Amino acid sequence: MTLEKLPEDRLENELADKKPLYSEAEAKAEADRCLYCSDAPCIKACPTEIDIPTFIKKIASGNVRGSARTIFEQNLLGHSCARVCPVEVLCQGDCVYTGWGRDPIQIGRLQRFATETATRAGQAPVLAKKVDVAVAKKRVACIGGGPASLAFAGYLALEGHEAVVFEKRGYAGGLNTTGIAPYKLHAHDALHEVAWVEGLGVEVTTGVEVGADDGPGRISGKKLLETYDAVFIGVGLGADSKLGIPGEDGPGVYGATEWIERMKLEMTKAHREEVAGKRVLVVGGGNTAIDVARECALLGAAEVSMCYRRGVPEMSGYAHEMSGGRKEGVRLVGHVQPVAFVRDAGGKLTALRVAKTDANAKPIAGTEHEIPCDLVALAIGQSKLSGIAAALPGVELDKRGCVVVADTATCVTGNPKVFAGGDCINGGKEVVNAVADGRNAARALLARWAGK
Amino acid sequence: MADLSIEFAGIKSPNPFWLASAPPANSGEQVMRAFDAGWGGAVWKTLGDPIMNVTSRFGGVDYDGRKLMGLNNIELITDRPLETNLREIREVKKRYPKNVVIASLMTETKNDWKVLIRKCEDAGVDGLELNFGCPHGMCERGMGSSVGQEPKLLQEITSWVKEFAKTPVLVKLTPNTGDIVEAGTAAVAGKADGIALINTIKSIVGVDLDRLVPLPRVGKASTNGGYCGPAVKPIALHMVAALAREPGMIPISGIGGIATWRDAAEFIALGATSVQVCTAVMHYGYRIVRDMIDGLSEYLDAQGMKSVNELRGRAVGGYQEWGDLDLSYKLVASIDAKSCIGCQLCVTACHDGAHQCIFTGADDRPRPPHAHAHGPAKAPKPLPLGAIAGDRVPWIDEPECVGCNLCQLVCPVPGCISMVEVPNGKSETWNDRVKQGRDKLPGGIHEDA
Repeated sequence: MTLEKLPEDRLENELADKKPLYSEAEAKAEADRCLYCSDAPCIKACPTEIDIPTFIKKIASGNVRGSARTIFEQNLLGHSCARVCPVEVLCQGDCVYTGWGRDPIQIGRLQRFATETATRAGQAPVLAKKVDVAVAKKRVACIGGGPASLAFAGYLALEGHEAVVFEKRGYAGGLNTTGIAPYKLHAHDALHEVAWVEGLGVEVTTGVEVGADDGPGRISGKKLLETYDAVFIGVGLGADSKLGIPGEDGPGVYGATEWIERMKLEMTKAHREEVAGKRVLVVGGGNTAIDVARECALLGAAEVSMCYRRGVPEMSGYAHEMSGGRKEGVRLVGHVQPVAFVRDAGGKLTALRVAKTDANAKPIAGTEHEIPCDLVALAIGQSKLSGIAAALPGVELDKRGCVVVADTATCVTGNPKVFAGGDCINGGKEVVNAVADGRNAARALLARWAGK
Repeated sequence: MADLSIEFAGIKSPNPFWLASAPPANSGEQVMRAFDAGWGGAVWKTLGDPIMNVTSRFGGVDYDGRKLMGLNNIELITDRPLETNLREIREVKKRYPKNVVIASLMTETKNDWKVLIRKCEDAGVDGLELNFGCPHGMCERGMGSSVGQEPKLLQEITSWVKEFAKTPVLVKLTPNTGDIVEAGTAAVAGKADGIALINTIKSIVGVDLDRLVPLPRVGKASTNGGYCGPAVKPIALHMVAALAREPGMIPISGIGGIATWRDAAEFIALGATSVQVCTAVMHYGYRIVRDMIDGLSEYLDAQGMKSVNELRGRAVGGYQEWGDLDLSYKLVASIDAKSCIGCQLCVTACHDGAHQCIFTGADDRPRPPHAHAHGPAKAPKPLPLGAIAGDRVPWIDEPECVGCNLCQLVCPVPGCISMVEVPNGKSETWNDRVKQGRDKLPGGIHEDA
């Protein structure tokens, strides 16, 4: 596993869990609060439809391993989802207690307790690979090592099939490893989950990119289709989008996901001064923007402001995340559009020049002004990895550049041997959506092999 | 404020709240603190030959995170020297002359009873309570519930005591018996002045699943204990009510799961004159009596009753045999859409545990084959939309609702489901039907049915 490659004194470890692991007593007390609703709204609000009341009842009765099994049945990455899901707008948001004006059940924290406790080192495995497979053993390959691929590969491995994951980076786990805010999930925990999925029988190969041709560290789509019975595309998204304005290229300006990845995996405590005491501007109004802003604020930035071209109601970032950010000192500068980066004679970034925007988010001439800053993170979207479609005949892209699938119930592409899921089909949603896609694709494939 | 003072078989007490004979009434220091908190009386931890106890002694039953729905103990009577207890009783009575101190007693021979009674009365007790109820340990030595389970023995020992006693004598009964009325009438026949019930219920509180030994564990084994606490209240209420209905019954001191003024009021309404409390004090301390006093007083005021004595026995007549209940009385459940939170526990409870008459959504539902009203269940129009639970608010198939209460009982929101009477102007009991020859018993089942 790649875990040992991670530097131990990583900067991300300076940010502690905002929702630490429950103790057994805390979990039991919280589980006892659950009403055990019939046809529970929390289940419907979960993209993987975990049987939440059942797993909570199992915690309450002391059957923690059974609880974890209930979670994994529907969501193999139940551990990371427990920690990274925006539960406030999913399961917990629909808890009947919420409507009653009472605190919702802390479903995410209970799910973390069950999955983390049951998969702790030294425990007997909670999930066992099937040995008596009715259908002949098949081989599948996954492109990209993120949550969608891991779910797809894991569910098929559990049914006794051979599943291989090709990850171009040095670490698998996708955004769980490279992109999640450290106070939710640290990279080493994400990698532990990858290792756990490997333990189910999945083979994870890092440093291998799937593309047009074969070679060292490269494998072609053609070869995958020849070698494997099915291929799953779970490549996620590409590089951070750029503004395309003067002064953008140069030190001090980063893509948000690029910066977060470096902070999580490469920066050590010694790199803290890159942020601490600095004036940070984040461009964007989505969840990545809020994440990077909060991370900078928590790492000791002197000022953190988000520049967004519209107002608060239009922000795509979650209100609960923004509210958390405000408490940590994140400021929102609404209705502004960057027009240029200002650098001194030495090329050092000194300010971002912005214009005020009108009701249609268009810049208003004559309103330009400068916001002094030392560092800018651009969180205005990511490019699509369109190359993959070219490598796999029959796979099509839509106008946005997303891989086209028949529906998310099967996640099958135009090539019946090829499935796809996660951010590469939806343009960027939650980890839990990616897991749902991978699982659904695995189920569709198993049903096909079973002749159903 | 209503008058809470009572007189129990001649014993005057400032209020009906007494500590039961148990650990909270083990010593003078405790009893005096209890009286300071407001308790009207205390029945001292049972006196007799001091015994040796074991550890551990208690086991609890929790429910959905709430502690001590039930408590079980294997502790015996007092383990302190008799002279120490008597000295402390004397001290308590001297300092708290208006509060009631009753000595609970348990011994074997007639002479032992005689000596024990004299010593206690010399110490100044207001009355005596004969412990014929303890179902663990002492009963193996021929005392406690082994007396309470034998009406003749119970009557005989009660008569001995009455020969020697100058103060009122209460007999404390065990619920571990087939017919509580038999035990109660034996106490009356033995000339007891009052009855106290229930003592604890013979029980095994649980099993240690790691060691596979019952609880509470004493080394490698356990034994049966006595069960008490909120879980036993319904059993106690039934037994108190059964005795209260008996003609010529003597005053009753109600015991069993009393934790609040409301519990106390229920016992008093079913015929108790005083009530005794143990588990709730063991759980929360003497301070609970403040709300008991205050709450009972508020309740009596609201009911327009000037004294707690006006409440006593008021619900006794509300008990009827099943055969005299009105078969025509009809209730149907009604859900308040505004307060419904959409948990739909009522839906599952009704479908799996009752009569399949609560539904969700607008579709009319086919009724199960055993339905009382045939045809589809018609959803009300309009459905309760706009409530906090939106379209998760269930609806009642009223013609099919048997009015069983289950939905109301499982609903977590107080007041959300109510049972509404549907008057039909009729009244008929099963006994009426039998009398009129319209209902048969026994032999109503036909071979070819």
